[in-house]
Order: sequence, then C-alpha cells, then structure tokens
Amino acid sequence: MSRIASVFSRLRNKRAALIPFVVAGDPDLKTTEALVLRMAECGADIIELGVPFSDPLADGPTIQTASQRALKKGVNLKEIFGMAERLRGISPPLVLMTYFNPVFQYGLKSFAEDCHRNGIDGIIIPDLPPEEAGPWIKEASRFELGTIFLIAPTSPPERIRLASRCSRGFLYYVSVTGVTGVRRKLPEELGTAIGQIKKYSQEPVAVGFGISTPEQIKEVSRVADGVIVGSAIVKLIEENLKQPDLVIRVGSFVSSLAKALAGTCPVPG
Amino acid sequence: MFGGKYVPETLMAPLKELERAYLSMKRDPRFQSELKAHLKDYVGRPTPLYLAEKLTEELKGARIYLKREDLAHTGAHKINNTLGQAMLVKKMGKKRVIAETGAGQHGVATATAAALFGLKCAVYMGEEDIQRQSLNVFRMKLLGAEVIPVSSGSKTLKDAINEAIRDWVTHVRDTYYLIGSVVGPHPYPVMVRDFQSIIGKEARKQVLEKEGRLPDYLVACVGGGSNAMGLFYPFYKESVRFIGVEAAGLGMNTQSHAASLCAGRVGTLHGSMSYIVQNDSGNILETYSFAPGLDYPGVGPEHAFFKECKRAEYVTVTDEEALEAFHLLSRTEGILPALESAHALAYVSKLAPTLTRGRVIVANLSGRGDKDVPSIAAKIGVGL
Repeated sequence: MSRIASVFSRLRNKRAALIPFVVAGDPDLKTTEALVLRMAECGADIIELGVPFSDPLADGPTIQTASQRALKKGVNLKEIFGMAERLRGISPPLVLMTYFNPVFQYGLKSFAEDCHRNGIDGIIIPDLPPEEAGPWIKEASRFELGTIFLIAPTSPPERIRLASRCSRGFLYYVSVTGVTGVRRKLPEELGTAIGQIKKYSQEPVAVGFGISTPEQIKEVSRVADGVIVGSAIVKLIEENLKQPDLVIRVGSFVSSLAKALAGTCPVPG
Repeated sequence: MFGGKYVPETLMAPLKELERAYLSMKRDPRFQSELKAHLKDYVGRPTPLYLAEKLTEELKGARIYLKREDLAHTGAHKINNTLGQAMLVKKMGKKRVIAETGAGQHGVATATAAALFGLKCAVYMGEEDIQRQSLNVFRMKLLGAEVIPVSSGSKTLKDAINEAIRDWVTHVRDTYYLIGSVVGPHPYPVMVRDFQSIIGKEARKQVLEKEGRLPDYLVACVGGGSNAMGLFYPFYKESVRFIGVEAAGLGMNTQSHAASLCAGRVGTLHGSMSYIVQNDSGNILETYSFAPGLDYPGVGPEHAFFKECKRAEYVTVTDEEALEAFHLLSRTEGILPALESAHALAYVSKLAPTLTRGRVIVANLSGRGDKDVPSIAAKIGVGL
C-alpha cells in the first residue's frame, strides 16, 4: 500500500485527512523545510508543496504573489527535490502541486525518477487533464507515484469516471468554479457533489479551493476524506514574513485546524 | 503533439460544449450566410488587394500586393473573428463575453461585436499596454465595454490572458471567453483560423484576377499568429511560400524580443502546446516589442506545426527595421500601417529587391497605424 493510501485507510471512518499547502521557497526553502516539519508535528496528515511558476492561471492573488516571492529566490524543481530528500522520513506523505510546463521542461521521465528518488509520494498537475496525461501517467506508474487528478463542479459523470480511472492516491475535488483563494462561504451543494463522485469512484476524495477556517473544515469533513487548506496558510505566511516566529504561528494555525477535525463525525461508508 | 487542451478541469466540459456548438454552426448554412452578410455589409468585405506600385518601384524587385485588412471596420483583421465568435455566443445563449487585448485591436473588435449583438463585455489589458494604446482604451469604453487593467507579471498581453482565463474559470457558466488569436486550448486555434481564413480566400481569388496566377510569397507578421494563419491557410496545398515575421524587438542578441518560433522552445502556455519564450526551469519569460500585438511569449500551435514540417519559414525584424518600414509605406503609398503589420513590410523590403520583377509577393497589411501615432511620436521625440 502506498504511503498516501495508508493515510486514508488509517483515517477511514474516523475523520478527514488534513492537507495543508505551502509554496516551496516562500519566502525561502529553509523556511519551507522548517514549515513542513512543524506542520507535521501539528497534525498535518499529508503535506502539499506548490512548485512556483511564472503564470499560475489556476491560482488567485495570494498564491500568485507567494510564487513570485519564491521565483525571486530562484527556486526551481532541482532545489525542491533537494529539500524533499532532506525531509525524507517524516510521517506525512509529500505531494507536489505543479503546473505542467516546468515538468515538461524537466522531462517527464527524469521528473518521475527524481520524485521517486527524493521521497515525493504524489503529484497534482492542475493544467494537465486526463486527456493530455497519457505520457505522464506512464512514467509515474513505473515508480508507483500518486497521480492525483482534479474534479470540478462542471465535471459530468463521464469525466468523474475518467479522473477516477487515472488517479492514484486520491481525487482532488475543486469546491468552486474559480481560482484558489479564501472564500467566506462554502458552496451549499458540496455534499451532493461529493456524493455524486462517490457514486462513480472508490478513491478517497479531498476537497480544496476556498477552505480556510476550522468551521469550514468541520463542514467539509462531514462529507469528504480529506481537506486541503492552501491560501489561508499562504496568507498567514505573507502577513508574518518579518516575524521571527513565523513557523510557530503557522504551526498554531495548523493545530487549530487539526483540532477542529479531531471532533468531527466520520465519513459514512 | 502541438495544440491540445492544457487547462484546469473546470474548463474541460465547457470546451467540449464549445466544440460541439462550433461544429454544428460550421455546418449550418443559415449561420454561414448570416456571417457572410455581416462581413460584407458591416465589415466592408472583401477588403481590397492593392498593388503597391510606388513601393514596388522603390524596392526594385518583385511586385508587392497588400491585403488591405486595415480597411476593415475597426481598422484591423480582428473583426473577422470577433463577429464569428459573437454570433456563436448568441447561439450558445451566453450573455457575457470577456477578451484579452495587447494592441487594443482585438479589444476594440470584441467591444464592437458585443455592442452589435447586445452582449456584456469586459476586456483585460495589461497596464503597460493601456499606457501605450490609450486611444484604443477609450474606443473600447465608448463602445460600452469595461476595460480591466492587469497589473500582474509583465503587465502585457500574456498577463491579460492569465487574468481572462481566471475570470473564465470563475464565471464559466454564463461567460464566454472570446480569444483573439489562433492560440489557447482546442478548439480555439482551429475556430479562429477558420474565421480568419476569409483573408486568404479573398486574396487567392483577387490575385488570380489580377495576376492570372498564384503569388510566390505570402508574408505576414506573427504574434499569436491569426492574421498570418488567416492568409496562409487557404494556400496550404499550393506551392506558395509562407513567411511569418516575428518581433525581434531590440535585437535577437538581447533578451528583449518576442520571437517564440525563432528563439523559443516547445512547452505549454495558455492551454496549448507550442513554442514558448521560457527559461530552463519552464518559467515564461517577459518579451518585448514596441508593437504591442506582437509582444507575446507564445504562438499559435498550428504555426509551431508549420515550422516543424517546414511548411512555413519564420524570420524576425527589429523595432528599428519595423519603424523604417512604417515610414517607407507612409511616404511611398500614403498608408500608415500598424506597427505590427510594419514588421511584415520590413521583411518585404528585404525580400523584394532579391527577386525579379516577375515575382509576386502578397503581404498582409493587418491593421492601420492610427493607434500607434502617439507612441511613434514619443519614440522619435515629437510632442503631440
């Protein structure tokens, strides 16, 4: 069983997995490394690392700005792999979220090899739909890497099935039509949408985009297997860039999210 | 391998819907005749194919014909595409269109089509371009469009497209993204090519009338590549040479150019795989050209294919050479070309003298230069 699969199987019928997201290299890789270690201690079940990209068209202003900060430091995939190697042995699986062009330039084969070699467990590529992903899935499967595909509110049943067939690890449900970023309210039809996905797929479903507060996390946890929190954490980093206790502050926030999850009802089934 | 749909999942089903709508429209004779009527009576087509005798005389070589897209309504070829897509929007029942614009020509053409068909219209434009093209910004506003300044990244066309895509992902249920060039995810490159092919179809007929034969060369500027593809495509199977002219900006030995095909590498940007100006890590680089419509790090995937199979040849022309060609055409023919089109003319002025009088070049005069007058004045130090 893969490391990602065992997280979901351990939490099955207990609570949703907590999946915090930070941009690798924001504000620098040393801080990212410390953040990952801290988030692991504070209850993160899986950690998602964003690869900074010049044109992140699925991201809102918060993650765009964070990517810019990381790019200014010259952070690239090679350095991110170096950091992942140093983090090997921590308990939460590491998942990379990257746009396709950096992967394509790195070479699909080398990218898959280096993910495997440096302890990356899964990869999310938001601008690579299953139709274009054939060559990538082939390379990733040689190393049993998690290939995580997305499902959106606009995805009809046949696309849910397609994403499910191509996914390994979990399915990423994009809670809203839109880009990443904090939202005040979750869409009302979230439960129905996830019920629909469960009808067509056995894969665990994690929900992301717009989830930022302990209350929202509780809400999502009632219907999904995982909760991804990105922009809220990235925003917190941005607000505390100059604070010496940046890492501790982010840790406390992740703890508050973990606490909110601890008391939630299990996902049925 | 070029093209494809490299977009977020949210857009996949809407793209499928668009593809279906477009294909059914393409086969619908009523739609086609309605489009034809609009192109004739509203746009003023066919645009003339003009034998530039003075220019030919000056350059002492091949006979030069100009396809006068500058005489189309709104002053550029962009309207051919926006009318077609706006009619499709109506048919699909969407109420709001969004667009990106660099030079402002596509923004103006979209705002025009939106006004004509009663659609709400928002145009994304980089802050840098808003500065360079204030006349077109005002024209869009007069036509009832909202112009949304884009301050991210290089503040030019690439970033305007990013923001338009973000808007589209967010409002995909009621909003149509009216792309202005042969770029973006499938089916846009094909659809825009089809709408712009009117340029080449007319040119073919006109040159046969005037010369009794097909031309030897077709020359057009390439940013995203829609005016070039529109001219080239109907000659695809003929033995006519295609030359696409990219912007070399301050020179190909500097970082300040916008030559995706001549200096870029294969990758994905804005939903399709093509040639892109990028660094080794796959981050997109900022480009430069004083012609805002060419200042873009990507290019239509079909041009990438034409380059790969050597069907077309792609060359570059600097700001300075384009400006010289701008003056040359103004002086010899009394036509102010758009700075984008001036790139094609600059290459013609190199090519024509190497050919004999018996040869025929058709260059696409894709737009008129009125919009560029303020920035040219500034460049040569004239206060207006």
